[in-house]
Amino acid sequence: MIRLENINKRFGQYPALKDVSLDIRDGEFLALLGPSGSGKTTLLRIIAGLAFPDHGSVQFSGEDVTHLKVADRKVGFVFQHYALFKHMTVADNIGFGLSVRNRRQRPPKSQIKARAEELLDLVQLGGLGDRYPAQLSGGQRQRVALARALAVEPQLLLLDEPFGALDAKVRKTLRRWLRELHKRMGLTSIFVTHDQEEALELADRVVVMDHGVIEQIGTPEQVYMEPATPFVSDFVGETNKLPGGIHVRPHDLEIVGTEGQPVLVDNVFRKGGVWRVEGMFDGHDSLVELDVDATIDPPSPGEIIQVRPRRSKTFTPTGANSHDQA
Amino acid sequence: MSALPIIRARHLLIAAALAFIALFLVLPLVAVFAAALQKGFEAYGAALIEPDALAAIKLTLLVAAIAVPLNIVFGVVAAWSIAKFDFPGKSLLVTFIDLPFSVSPVVAGLIYVLMFGAQGWLGPWLQEHDIKIIFAVPGIVLATIFVTFPFVARELIPLMSEQGRDDEEAALSLGASGFQTFLRVTLPNIRWGLLYGVLLCNARAMGEFGAVSVVSGHLRGLTNTMPLHVEILYNEYNFVAAFAVASLLALLALITLVLKSIVEWRFGYQRGSARH
Repeated sequence: MIRLENINKRFGQYPALKDVSLDIRDGEFLALLGPSGSGKTTLLRIIAGLAFPDHGSVQFSGEDVTHLKVADRKVGFVFQHYALFKHMTVADNIGFGLSVRNRRQRPPKSQIKARAEELLDLVQLGGLGDRYPAQLSGGQRQRVALARALAVEPQLLLLDEPFGALDAKVRKTLRRWLRELHKRMGLTSIFVTHDQEEALELADRVVVMDHGVIEQIGTPEQVYMEPATPFVSDFVGETNKLPGGIHVRPHDLEIVGTEGQPVLVDNVFRKGGVWRVEGMFDGHDSLVELDVDATIDPPSPGEIIQVRPRRSKTFTPTGANSHDQA
Repeated sequence: MSALPIIRARHLLIAAALAFIALFLVLPLVAVFAAALQKGFEAYGAALIEPDALAAIKLTLLVAAIAVPLNIVFGVVAAWSIAKFDFPGKSLLVTFIDLPFSVSPVVAGLIYVLMFGAQGWLGPWLQEHDIKIIFAVPGIVLATIFVTFPFVARELIPLMSEQGRDDEEAALSLGASGFQTFLRVTLPNIRWGLLYGVLLCNARAMGEFGAVSVVSGHLRGLTNTMPLHVEILYNEYNFVAAFAVASLLALLALITLVLKSIVEWRFGYQRGSARH
């Protein structure tokens, strides 16, 4: 288990992490989710040993590793822009971690080569060992970077925005593939992302961060359905913010005949399997979005409709309350 | 039809540029070799193996052999710390690295005379301990190091900044030591930029006149480098010998240019292919 206790980190005057504590279970797939500047990457780097906290401690399985350097922590780190060594072949990149070991622990060359081949097969790039990174596509480079990190048999795999530089299609395939690899190899994995969809799809638990603090820790279901703070509600999934601190998801608003709140429709378009209706609360300045079943005729722009939340969440300065109208 | 004036203008511009280069660069270069060989190869050869000329050549090689390696070390260390780390006074350090470029070489030489000369700050102490810096080889080496200091660092700082820290961090995370990381990741990443800087540094180290002239004392056969030797010979109206030694410096320039072009070509190629 990995335990972070009261981690504080400043960059000059700017507090990047404020008193962050977090337990990560063995075998867990954890997402650090947040906007840029939330401190998620700094936290990942502190877990890796690429950065060090000003205060607080990092423990791996009960052992204090706060001051251990990255080389001594047995972690695999995958960088957003791959950080492959351009002047080495793919096989040499993967074998790098083994080839820099001291003489006594270093496997013979032939064994390093065999291990690289094995890992190339694992990441489905068999036969590409003699290529140079420049000759590979973005998705292939990311898989080489992963194979290189796995070559040293880390207990812990850390990934910094692993899919950030890839296009949507490749990203989707790689995500599913990574999820499977994580399970098959029994790894503990932590990845940083600003993409809530990615976090909800991949992770066992999601840590939502903002401005250097953890806003919520929970399963994707909990984070989406029971956001602990207005920030989480707003950042994870789509949210209508109504007057009085009421937050409603677009799919939790329904059109009713009467006795709802009047909404002036100004735009309607198809969003996958539903109609997305955009409008304004009549008499208020607040925008509202709702999803309407695509099997019925949608309202048209200019029309005034009555809407009612099926489910909402109210955030007051003293706390959060859920309401189920159904 | 409308393209015609543009084509004509292009040809005119190219012709003007070529004519300018021919007049100001190629012609003087040809003149150097012509003047050196005007009394035949024998006189040319004799001027080069004459003891004072040989001493000047040796001294020039010695100075470059000390100054260039030192500046490689200084340059890499300075570029590394500036490009990869944040620390207070960083911009000041960058400014100081540029200082030798903005200061007249004569002033650079005078700085050393002021510090180490007989009337200088450290002069009496040096005399007491019988250490000679000014009007001796150490002064020439110091002045050369000062003048050539920016070449390697200037070449590496933008390159290393652009490359960032990711590669080094990746190597460290895979268990490499700092030295292994430098040798196997950093150095290969900067090798062409480094070679380029070394070439320019070397050319300047061998060709420097102003700063070296101030600290050398012009002792024949002892503290004359090739550029200084050329000047002395020229002032003595010994044109063949002067141009013979000058032709060696010109040759060095030509070799540097060719190597520089090769490095630029490889460097550019590597840079281009490294972009995603």
